[in-house]
Amino acid sequence: MTAAQMFALLPIITLTVGILVLLMVIAFSRSLAATAIVSMLSLALTAAAFVVIAPAAMTDGGVVVTPLLVVDGFAVLLGLLLTLASIAVAGLSWDYLSTRGDLQEEFLLLLLLAALGAIILASSAHVASFMLGLEMLGVSLYGMIAYPMKGVLSLEAALKYLILSGVSSAFILFGAALMYADSGSMDFRSISALTSADSLSLMASGGSALFLAGIAFKLSLVPFHMWTPDVYEGAPAPVTGFLATVSKTAVFAVLVRAFLPEEGTAGGATFWGLWCIAIGSMLVGNLLALMQKNVKRLLGYSSIAQLGYLLVAFLAGSAVGGSELAVEASLYFLFAYVPTTLAAFGVVAIMSRDAGEQDTDQIEAYRGLFWRRPFLAFVLTAAMLSLAGIPLTGGFLGKFYVVASGVQAELWWLVGALVVGSGMGVFYYLRIIFAMTQDADGARAVPVPFASGMLVGLLTIALVVLGVYPMPMIDLIAQVIASVTWV
Amino acid sequence: MELILLMAVLMLGGGAAWLTEAWDEALPRRVAMGTLAVAAVLTYMLWQGSDQSIALGTGTSDWRLLISHEWIPRFGISFLFGLDGISLIMVSLTIILGVVAVVSSWHEIEKATGFFHFNLLWTLAGVVGVFTALDLFLFFFFWEVMLIPMYLLIAIWGHEARSYASMKFFLFTQISGLLMLVSIVALVFVNHEVTGVWTFSYFDLVETVLPPDIAYWLMLGFFIAFVVKLPGFPFHTWLPDAHTQAPTAASVLLAGILLKTGGYGLIRFTLPLFPEASQQIAPLAMALGAAGILYGAVLAFAQVDFKRLVAYSSVSHMGFVLIGVYAWNELALQGAMMQMIAHGFSTAALFMIAGALQHRLHTRDMMAMGGLWRDMPRMGAIAMFFIIASLGVPGLGNFVGEFLVLAGVFRVEITIAVIATIGLVAGAAYALIAMQRVFQGPRPDNAAAVADFGVLEVGVLFLMMVALTGIGIYPQPLLDVLEPVLASIYQLSNTDVAWIGRLP
Repeated sequence: MTAAQMFALLPIITLTVGILVLLMVIAFSRSLAATAIVSMLSLALTAAAFVVIAPAAMTDGGVVVTPLLVVDGFAVLLGLLLTLASIAVAGLSWDYLSTRGDLQEEFLLLLLLAALGAIILASSAHVASFMLGLEMLGVSLYGMIAYPMKGVLSLEAALKYLILSGVSSAFILFGAALMYADSGSMDFRSISALTSADSLSLMASGGSALFLAGIAFKLSLVPFHMWTPDVYEGAPAPVTGFLATVSKTAVFAVLVRAFLPEEGTAGGATFWGLWCIAIGSMLVGNLLALMQKNVKRLLGYSSIAQLGYLLVAFLAGSAVGGSELAVEASLYFLFAYVPTTLAAFGVVAIMSRDAGEQDTDQIEAYRGLFWRRPFLAFVLTAAMLSLAGIPLTGGFLGKFYVVASGVQAELWWLVGALVVGSGMGVFYYLRIIFAMTQDADGARAVPVPFASGMLVGLLTIALVVLGVYPMPMIDLIAQVIASVTWV
Repeated sequence: MELILLMAVLMLGGGAAWLTEAWDEALPRRVAMGTLAVAAVLTYMLWQGSDQSIALGTGTSDWRLLISHEWIPRFGISFLFGLDGISLIMVSLTIILGVVAVVSSWHEIEKATGFFHFNLLWTLAGVVGVFTALDLFLFFFFWEVMLIPMYLLIAIWGHEARSYASMKFFLFTQISGLLMLVSIVALVFVNHEVTGVWTFSYFDLVETVLPPDIAYWLMLGFFIAFVVKLPGFPFHTWLPDAHTQAPTAASVLLAGILLKTGGYGLIRFTLPLFPEASQQIAPLAMALGAAGILYGAVLAFAQVDFKRLVAYSSVSHMGFVLIGVYAWNELALQGAMMQMIAHGFSTAALFMIAGALQHRLHTRDMMAMGGLWRDMPRMGAIAMFFIIASLGVPGLGNFVGEFLVLAGVFRVEITIAVIATIGLVAGAAYALIAMQRVFQGPRPDNAAAVADFGVLEVGVLFLMMVALTGIGIYPQPLLDVLEPVLASIYQLSNTDVAWIGRLP
């Protein structure tokens, strides 16, 4: 391994060292504050490391570290997003855990491990590293879901996620094996070439179908979405936020790397499979969210739909000359979606601080929030508007990007489903805003803890800036796309 | 510069109104009034500028003000604002009705006055943006931005069924807006394919030559968004609910200016961007307009809820705008504009009266009213004036608009003109019956005494009476401002009018 390659691994090494330090800290002194600060600090250093390696990663198409990892601009950009999101989750968890009894420190350890898994996913170039990252992320998540709360719901959620996640991993492995049998290679380039071909052998098509089914499960796309609402509801709010943002972003990075359609291949079997999944996700996700009374379940269904929108941008890559815009649109959408979703779950986490075994997640409990806690209500309103794609928020530009790529690729049915789905989406996002504006008698105002309050405030600022001053972000994404070789 | 200042003043004033609530519940009203006073001065300054000519299409167009600043160069999106005769008049109307809205809520809104005036002023800022944005992305941006504060106005300060009404209002506009977004993006991509340049600028996109079938679909996206907002039959169903449930100030803004953004959009964007396709849909649009005129009038006649009656009368009056726009001649186009201006005044005033009645009687049910003239002679007389105006009596503004529209339409399609005229007759019936039920006849037994309009209300309404009379008696100055703009738009969209006499 050369020095350049070691240098490219700097963020991963930093985070690994951070995890070890954290272990020692917990071993010597059990203090939630110290643990939280150390974990946020090591994540911050990881983010700094990403910035440091960025110039190296963005020259000559990135640094290839063994056949397993490739540290290119794409990996750095998404790694940065994943790290920043993890910092937010760590801060939210700190306040969330502090009211939930002793011995909560290991939760943050799991969080760092999951973040490391996610970062590996973003830079994986091979099925082996993909599985490595995926399991690191998944196994940590089982623990995180059940850790802070001893209630039945969270246990059910963890068990459900454990079993279904295990099954989907098996699908992915079997799919990879089939594709390997056909092509003799397990790196993503060959998978991409294999699935873009006009006619697939039975082995290759079966393999890619199983592989995609596993990925669709992790992204909770229809029809592999059944676990989403239950797990979202049962998991503690910060973990739900992590699941909805970090876990999905990381897996989506793999989808882009391994399955970004070659230009001009619209109409193949893979294309139509994903086409159906996208339409199903947009319509079913929004439809099932309509009548939810539970904010976390509602956000769960809405995330199904949001990932469906993202898939529209992804599929636009199959049009002639469309892949650049497709990747650009996907990245912008993700950069808007992550702070938005984290802000929403951040508010739920703050609201649930002293709620006991179950989070404060009934819409009814948010009645009158505008008058009790205007700040929290403002944050949640901004997040809802962003998810609904209303201007002044990053979500609007994300949706604009998706529409633009869909129109360019002339995917009219997908664009139509997006319009219908967004219309339904407005209905349930507005229900939450409406509830917050109405009078409520006797409701208690929860205190807003400092760290969480600041974090949701920063996330809100981020999503507004992405909505009104998008040019720096667009330029950054353009540079990254120009630097990678596979777009 | 004044234009940017105008929007900034409205937004900052909104923020200030919200903040001052902490000191005194009554202060936000004064802050809002002060903000609007500054805005009025700025609007007056906008009138003072002189026009500059730039090439547009095959001719030229006159702009009092053009501001362009890069925003998202990746897609050629810029802060492109322009001010011509139409924009200027609509912006002025917006500010005037903003004052009316503040006055009409002076005694009505007790809860969270600061946030109320924040939303009110931000709605105005959004509408000013809609009337002046010439970058299509920017236009869509403001189109959506003006929705949120308006939604909150209805959702927080509305009446009993506010949940349903505010949701319906938002959903209708949002879904149709998304269709428009898809159209805008597709138009830009077509233009990009031909010219290789990314641009959302109105001036560039006007020149795009579109294949007919694509043009028709893209035009539909714009058409639906604007007709929903106007509202044209059969997309009008959000309007009676939203108007009825909204607080008075929101009804005033909704009827007075938000509906006009639909008509403005049709004239400014749909006709010039898609001339042939617009012509193709003209017969259908006129049929919808005529249906709206009759349908709105008949339903207005059947209402017992005063606000609902005024709302349905709006559907009827906006039908004139629709047929005026699609009659495809300058006369009718001028009529449509005049109708929008006059309707802005008359309906805003009627909603103000309806709101005042509800505030005093706690009901909108006309069956529970009657004989109110005795208690409130000032309100009665003023209501009489605006009801007469709204039914189109010569000498007042609405007559000018309706007459010009009818004269223009008569040239091209006599059937439509006849139907519209019948609608006018029905208009007289519902307007007079409303007057009779509310202010005349016997006073119900054991009715408590109610207070008449105060100085503030009378003052504002008097100004609106002056304005309507002015437009009615001497409309020429307004027409002079409108004429060159409408001529340029007409010239942009003028191709052989082949559909005349072929109504389905």
